[in-house]
Amino acid sequence: MALFSEILPSLPVDAFCQQSIDSSLQSVDRILSNGKANSLSEFATLLSPAARDRLEQIAQISQSLTQQHFGKVIRFFAPIYLSNECVNICKYCGFSRNNPIPRKTIAVDQVVSEVKQLAKKGFKSLLIVSGEHPKFVSPTYLEDCIAECIKIMPGIQIEIGPLSNDDCVPLVNAGCEGFVLYQETYHKETYQKHHTAGPKKDYLARLEAVENAYSSGFRKLGIGALLGLYDWRHEAIALAAHAKHLTKKCWKAQVSLSFPRMRPAAGEFSDDNLTEVTDRDMIQLICAMRLYLPKAAFTLSTREPQSFRDGLIPLGITHMSAGVCTEPGGYSDFDDETWTQTREQPGEQFNIADERPPHEVAAAIQEKGYEAVWKDSEKTLVTQ
Amino acid sequence: MSMVKSLVLIDSIFLNNRNMDSFKIADRTFNSRLFVGTGKFSSPELMKETLKASGTELITVALKRADLSGENDPFANILDFFESDRYLILPNTAGAMNCDEAVRIARLAEASGLPKWVKLEIHPDPNYLLPDPIETLKAAEILVKEGFTVMPYINADPVLALRLQDVGCATVMPLGSPIGSNNGIETRAQIEIIIEQANVPVVVDAGIGLPSHAAEAMEMGADAVLINTAIAIASNPAEMAKAFASAITAGRTAKMIGSSSFSRTASATSPLTAFLN
Repeated sequence: MALFSEILPSLPVDAFCQQSIDSSLQSVDRILSNGKANSLSEFATLLSPAARDRLEQIAQISQSLTQQHFGKVIRFFAPIYLSNECVNICKYCGFSRNNPIPRKTIAVDQVVSEVKQLAKKGFKSLLIVSGEHPKFVSPTYLEDCIAECIKIMPGIQIEIGPLSNDDCVPLVNAGCEGFVLYQETYHKETYQKHHTAGPKKDYLARLEAVENAYSSGFRKLGIGALLGLYDWRHEAIALAAHAKHLTKKCWKAQVSLSFPRMRPAAGEFSDDNLTEVTDRDMIQLICAMRLYLPKAAFTLSTREPQSFRDGLIPLGITHMSAGVCTEPGGYSDFDDETWTQTREQPGEQFNIADERPPHEVAAAIQEKGYEAVWKDSEKTLVTQ
Repeated sequence: MSMVKSLVLIDSIFLNNRNMDSFKIADRTFNSRLFVGTGKFSSPELMKETLKASGTELITVALKRADLSGENDPFANILDFFESDRYLILPNTAGAMNCDEAVRIARLAEASGLPKWVKLEIHPDPNYLLPDPIETLKAAEILVKEGFTVMPYINADPVLALRLQDVGCATVMPLGSPIGSNNGIETRAQIEIIIEQANVPVVVDAGIGLPSHAAEAMEMGADAVLINTAIAIASNPAEMAKAFASAITAGRTAKMIGSSSFSRTASATSPLTAFLN
């Protein structure tokens, strides 16, 4: 089966966007009467300005489809940042190599102690995140981290960068079940504009990375687009196509999608460069995506503020993080009781918006009539 | 059967239902034919209340959700909400994608003190969660030899059901339609063959979305049904569980009485055999 990097260039994403803008309310209603979007074209129609008048109906269908497959349940995870060393220049990212931030890679011992801190708060699912740096964040260092973390957390995923099969296999064998990598933007010119140096410059290599990782044995694959860099409809359509492709080609993996919106971070990127994605746009995107991909996991990070996160809980989200620190080693300076940072974090990747400690987010989830599930993996399944 | 006789039978089914209509899996007797899954509930308290209302005697739990370390982890305490004197807790291997993983997790469950029973479910495809027949048969063989009471979740494949029976499985659990679909018994023709051929109890698992589907399974002659999604995500799970329990009793009663025969053609004359008269 072809690579997505071979498929995307011939996919008429711009034409779908235009079709979306021109969609009539009748065509929206026709799709809603089926209760799902059967094609990329129908998905595009649900993203239309016309479909805004049907946002409540779309949200209700999204809720029902999500509950049917995932139950009245939100699964919890916590990210841990290993390093903010990075060889790339990405204009919007705090870790970008020319940003004058204090650089740091935490030693395996400190990783273990922070993961224990997170476990005390309840977490059983960990997302290991790092800047891309082959020397500081080497494959053997990653393998050591996973081998130690799996003793504490039964569910581990990584979000670092494209990795070769030779580098991935030891991570899978150490117990890592998921590979996460966001394309950031699927729009090639925009991608090239924001990623100006380092291996991440290679748009196609990134586009191929997730399906390549699957062949190493990962059982969960995460993709996403960083909303705000380019037209959100364009990103949504390409992301949906990517997810559909992975679902077919990587049939043993659970595909998860993420919809991060730009947040303030160190660097040269200013709000003037942002393409607007309103709260309504976000909800339309997420709920329409559910009608196209009823069984995909949808992840919601702490980039979004409290009220918006709480509102999204019953609309189609399946996984949430909470109590997050995006600076390597940052959890070590958290107050254990209040779970708040006790110092400035100049080395963070971005400012988080929802700063509530995990138990408060769990309470908000319960308030919405959902159970916050901490454990949904078992070490015995992923290690010999 | 005379009218009086059949009324007496109906009466005894209802009055002595619990004694008369029990059935066995391995060496354990069950009075309720409703088995319940414990995922997808909006809170563990609601789950507990629902299980009680359902009258079930067998509940299944995903081992990946439970704390098997014995450390009483408050963040993975699903097992604490089960009253083990009321129900048989049937550990399931959800999350296992192949034989090895399923065998490992079943062994771990037993080591942690759970019953040596296992609902064997191996689904490599995370979207429809359809069971892998090859890996399931392999794992069943190993676990039966190790002394587990094995209840495999399978597609409605009659030959696979027989093969699993041959290796010593305690039941077979064919699906009505994909998990969570609530589509009912779409595999009806295949399940009928499984029921006809099986020497072990047949439990229809997955896809049962309405009490009428459960009644249908009972009328077909299934021994029990396992329901999760349709109860767990109902707006009132406890009441929905009771509705399922009633439907199961109704369907089972009908099966025991035997359905009235009905004819698609008029039968006033017998054109084919009239020459005999």
